[in-house]
Amino acid sequence: MRRMTWFNVTSLTLGFAFLYLPMLILIIFSFNESKLVTVWAGFSTKWYGEVLRNTAFLDAAWVTVKVAFISSCLATILGTMAAIVMVRAGRFKGRTLFSGMIYAPMVMPEVITGLSLLLLFISLGMDRGVFTIVLAHTTFAMCYVSVVVSSRLVSFDQSLEEAALDLGCSPVQAFRLVTLPIIAPAVISGWLLAFTLSLDDLVIASFTSGPSATTLPMKIWSSVRLGVSPEINALSTIMILVVAIGVITASLINKRNVVRQRREEAAAEKLA
Amino acid sequence: MALDVFAPWDDPNAKPLIQFRNVTKRFGDFTAIDDLTVDIFEKEFFALLGPSGCGKTTMMRMLAGFETPTEGQIILAGQDIGPVPPNKRATNMMFQSYALFPHLSIWENIAFGLKRDKMPKDQIGERVEEMLRLTRLEKFARRKPHQISGGQRQRVALARSLAKAPKLLLLDEPLGALDKKLRQETQFELMDIQETTGTTFVIVTHDQEEAMTVASRVAVMDHGQIVQVSTPDVIYEAPNSTYVADFIGDVNLISGKADPRGERLHMHWAEGQPAVVGSPLDGAAKGQDLHYAIRPEKVSISAEKPENAANAIQGEVHDIAYLGNISTYHVQLPGGQIIKAQSANNRRISRRAFTWEDKVWLSWTDTAGVFLER
Ligand SMILES: Nc1ncnc2c1ncn2[C@@H]1O[C@H](COP(=O)(O)OP(=O)(O)OP(=O)(O)O)[C@@H](O)[C@H]1O
Ligand SMILES: [Mg+2]
Repeated sequence: MRRMTWFNVTSLTLGFAFLYLPMLILIIFSFNESKLVTVWAGFSTKWYGEVLRNTAFLDAAWVTVKVAFISSCLATILGTMAAIVMVRAGRFKGRTLFSGMIYAPMVMPEVITGLSLLLLFISLGMDRGVFTIVLAHTTFAMCYVSVVVSSRLVSFDQSLEEAALDLGCSPVQAFRLVTLPIIAPAVISGWLLAFTLSLDDLVIASFTSGPSATTLPMKIWSSVRLGVSPEINALSTIMILVVAIGVITASLINKRNVVRQRREEAAAEKLA
Repeated sequence: MALDVFAPWDDPNAKPLIQFRNVTKRFGDFTAIDDLTVDIFEKEFFALLGPSGCGKTTMMRMLAGFETPTEGQIILAGQDIGPVPPNKRATNMMFQSYALFPHLSIWENIAFGLKRDKMPKDQIGERVEEMLRLTRLEKFARRKPHQISGGQRQRVALARSLAKAPKLLLLDEPLGALDKKLRQETQFELMDIQETTGTTFVIVTHDQEEAMTVASRVAVMDHGQIVQVSTPDVIYEAPNSTYVADFIGDVNLISGKADPRGERLHMHWAEGQPAVVGSPLDGAAKGQDLHYAIRPEKVSISAEKPENAANAIQGEVHDIAYLGNISTYHVQLPGGQIIKAQSANNRRISRRAFTWEDKVWLSWTDTAGVFLER
């Protein structure tokens, strides 16, 4: 490895500081004894206890998890289906436009996605609540899932499915017994991605929720407006942890698979 | 030994198992199969031979049901199989790319098709073991496809397609990755299987020797068309075109002008050289362009001019290819043309009769070669 120059070390440190210092401060102050957020008064975990006793927070957390779970499952199913269609359909007129439209929500400002969904729900006369947030999250997480799954499907050897058909599988069986097990890692990491995206979404949830449903990010946001309390710090730390675990697991699953694929390819090459 | 030869293609009453009727397959504006008509009979070992990209795999894929003909019909046992999906066809295919399931062990790969048939567990076990024995993969049953060698993978693919004992077995270059010895053994194994099960085989191969060994009939393809379909000996001894003659085995091709003389056809091919004499070709008119094909092993080489040979030409040894059991002499004629002559090495190499730049005589009988119009 090349030796790190002074310049490299400095820019790396600065970059990381820029990214993670705010979070680090938040985490440190979540263990602060004092009620004043900016004054250190000794180590304590009492705010974590406070959080766990606060039923408003717990309710919001439950709503969040529920929404995240249901929407990520729906997004995974729909996103996988979309990916399969896009990869398999071959060439047809307007294909680029079509696939572009699947990925558009990724680059669309969340405010616009949220607002348009809100207008849709209003015009349909739907009561806003958990259900509408689930729908909204499914919509925007779906495209992420479809990106992850289709990148795996592109390298999937179509003749495997043909072999399954040839050996007597119905198309559904062929998918269940051959395609799905092979692309499963991508599907799982797509699910985890959808789950974490839903967990920390504030904007879209704010637009599409009703009085009956408040997610945790919404709850935090509204309490912060009354002043930052150490309790919020503790809650945020927990969320950072959960999200971090989700993202890391997703990337580990993906990476392990990439590594295995490489190794198999290398082995195959050596034999060929 | 059975006296009645297996030749249903000569029997006008025999019903073919597979009929391609004017089948055309296009991919976009590229024609992969071009108005192809052929009958394949039950219990045949039908070999497709042809250069890369001539449409062999496409024909197989249409039989297996992965491609539908753009035009024409494919009839299997009297039924148009156009609308029948692959999983409802009594055919199994061994893929050129093997298409082994990477997430399943070798054992499970072979058992895959049997499980779909709802075969009882113990029978599946027996059948898989039988296939493993046949392909000598017993030791690898528990491994995954990426943990075995290329040749072993090829055998797994073969075992998997054989396991269901289908009516029609499609083998797309089944033995390409095997070494010569194992390939020969597997060829005989295939012929055995074919004889005991009565399965009809359609096999794609690049190896013409393999086609000659295993096939009841060989179809030589070019650009989506079948140029000639016949038994291996006819393909070899009586090719219908220079393309087939050149594709199968080694051949000398001489071009010239026809000169029919009753019982014999003469062909003038070079100034100052005797005409090539051979059996007549129907419809050959005087002065017509003709080709003469003769296999190197039918050309004798000698130091003295042989007496009574129908064809004899003098030339000079230009090159010698020593192949162990035989040697091929490349003899240059005065006009510059090279004719190959083969002779068996029944003496040690140091006592070889001819060497470079020796003047030699090439000779062959009047039935040794064939005249071809194209
Ligand atoms: N799905 C497809 N789309 C377009 N062209 C195709 C497709 N499949 C095959 N072809 C073309 O059709 C022709 C015949 O292909 P095929 O795979 O049948 O060749 P092959 O005789 O099996 O060759 P090889 O001996 O190399 O396996 C080739 O020129 C190929 O490029
Ligand atoms: Mg092929």
